[in-house]
Amino acid sequence: MLSRRHFLTATMALSAIAQGTFDGRWARAAAQQALSESDLLDMPATGNVTLVHLTDIHAQLVPLYFREPSVNLGAGAAAGLPPHLTGAAFLAHYGIAPGSASAYALSSQDYAALAQSYGRMGGLDRIATIVKRIRAERGPNMLFLDSGDTWQGSYTALQTNAQDMVTAFNALAPDAMTGHWEFTYGAERVKEIIDGLPFPFLAGNIYDAEWNEPAFEAYRIFERGGVKVAVIGQAFPYTPIANPRWMFPNWSFGIREEDVARNVAAARAAGAELVVLLSHNGFDVDRAMAARVAGIDVILTGHTHDALPEIVLVGKTILVASGSHGKFVSRLDLDVRDGGVKGYSYRLIPVFSDIIAPDPEMARLVGELRAPYEAELKRELATAETLLYRRGNFNGTFDDLICRALLEERDAQIALSPGFRWGTSVLPGQKITVEDLYNACAMTYPAAYRSTMTGTTLKDILEDVADNLFNKDPYYQQGGDMVRVGGMGYTIDPAAAMGGRISAMTLLETGEAIDPAKSYVVAGWGSVNEGTEGPPVWDVVQDYLGKHPSVRVDDNTTVKIAG
Amino acid sequence: MQLNRRQALALSAAAAFGGLLPVVARATPEATAQRIAAFAGAAKPAMGKITLTAPEIAENGNTVPISVTVDSAMSGDDRVESVMIVAEGNPNPEVATFHFTALSGVAAATTRMRLAKTQNVIAVAKMADGSVYLDQKEVKVTIGGCGG
Repeated sequence: MLSRRHFLTATMALSAIAQGTFDGRWARAAAQQALSESDLLDMPATGNVTLVHLTDIHAQLVPLYFREPSVNLGAGAAAGLPPHLTGAAFLAHYGIAPGSASAYALSSQDYAALAQSYGRMGGLDRIATIVKRIRAERGPNMLFLDSGDTWQGSYTALQTNAQDMVTAFNALAPDAMTGHWEFTYGAERVKEIIDGLPFPFLAGNIYDAEWNEPAFEAYRIFERGGVKVAVIGQAFPYTPIANPRWMFPNWSFGIREEDVARNVAAARAAGAELVVLLSHNGFDVDRAMAARVAGIDVILTGHTHDALPEIVLVGKTILVASGSHGKFVSRLDLDVRDGGVKGYSYRLIPVFSDIIAPDPEMARLVGELRAPYEAELKRELATAETLLYRRGNFNGTFDDLICRALLEERDAQIALSPGFRWGTSVLPGQKITVEDLYNACAMTYPAAYRSTMTGTTLKDILEDVADNLFNKDPYYQQGGDMVRVGGMGYTIDPAAAMGGRISAMTLLETGEAIDPAKSYVVAGWGSVNEGTEGPPVWDVVQDYLGKHPSVRVDDNTTVKIAG
Repeated sequence: MQLNRRQALALSAAAAFGGLLPVVARATPEATAQRIAAFAGAAKPAMGKITLTAPEIAENGNTVPISVTVDSAMSGDDRVESVMIVAEGNPNPEVATFHFTALSGVAAATTRMRLAKTQNVIAVAKMADGSVYLDQKEVKVTIGGCGG
């Protein structure tokens, strides 16, 4: 993946880290000289079909920092396989030089230092540049697909009821999408948006809960480069469990493998020569599905936010993992002939915002969409002394900050914060803005509850979430990460069986063991239960930051991994 | 062919009634195995022919949709006589038994059931020639709420 120019960059960035005193701006300039837009986008075409893939942008319209996980354990057969490699093991597996642009984009190694050199990533105007360029080169051969989690995750998406993202993506013009967090705007709003989309919203695994009939269009057949391409949509199977079912009570989801197989067969019968699953299953579910359902040529994966610089092949099925937050755009060229895929070439395009020029039209549109909120977005709440990030199987520093706020502002002994995989990073020394805060918590059920729970209930919750994450059968995994815990430490053995993973639960304020029979005051947010009461979590964190103008959150040490 | 809506509704009503039977003891895998053995008679249940479709994780444990189909010509000896659904972890393991005749055309049924906790759901088909087939699936009942 690395060219000689990339290695030049790597050397310079490395020396910047080693000496520590290097002027960040110098290293950044060097990085920019070594890496050009052509390096990222020049790609000789292969074959007759080009798939362009974007997923899990989580409503991020402008360039951002997003640190990839340092802990991302695989369960069962997935242990030790991509995407469950992190840090040095990830870099070694893919032959990526530490300190290089690729290392910065794809791993957590030296993140804060490398961020100074390589800058922010993503931005819909840069993505538009990439999409338009591929469209110009490959127009009638190109299919542009979005795996969802597009409408949720920012201040502006929340304020506009997703309209900013809908407007921006209509301008970007994907050919189809599927979804997950989209549904948290409620059934009525989802239907209203989908009715107005100029492209299909595909989801073969959503049924009308009352009549047990398919509720959405399952697949659409496109003709590209003379090839009939079937795109089958697969929404996040566990949306009604991971998110509030009461917001869309008439829709039932599920993996529904038999429906996927049936739709593959129907598409083939209708003449499809290439079958693509546009998926929000999560990578491990898709890997299992590729082995179990015959006839899928390509799975464009989503949900678990994995960015892999190479495709993963399962039998003949090509799996693409395009990352999250707009950091990457995938391009997969396919040579489809005689009823099958005869060749392919793939590139995970990193969207370095300082290297890829913004598309003027999209830049203007994004500017217009954000203009009414710009002052509030930029409002500074506090200074981050340390790197704030979320992604990783266990407590990230941004979550620990939210937990601190919940403990103090809601006067609780223990705080619970959902293990979401969305949310951007704040570099050491940067101001935490309203935009940063909402990037970590903008959603439609933000109430910060305060209640009492027994030690037994707390253990049951941790065990339940751990099994959703580490069940050895991926079909029983929900994605997401472990619930974040403040005020309480615990030890987890991910490889143990359900009910036996969590031990050594300790109340941190006293150091005593959690008593199963005793009740504790617990504050949390993001409950899926209807009627949850409390102030929105962003108000709680803002109040806390008002009293703590400079926050230092070191990496968590209260969650211990055993086994 | 699936049941029409009215039949499906009737079945779910029947299944719900079954769940209300005043049985105190919780079923065990052993009690469930005994119930299957009694249903199977002399035959030993084999895998194959019968397919049980159920969600891996229940969206609502109070009403879990399940479907069962048996690959059969439904004529002569190649005919399904009955299909029993059992749940290992419910107070009473037996959820429902569907009876078929050659006039059924196909052996397929859909219903909804209540699951108190994570457990195996098992479907057993008895054929006219006395052979018995079995399929099972673990359905997880979860607290939920932290994915994303």
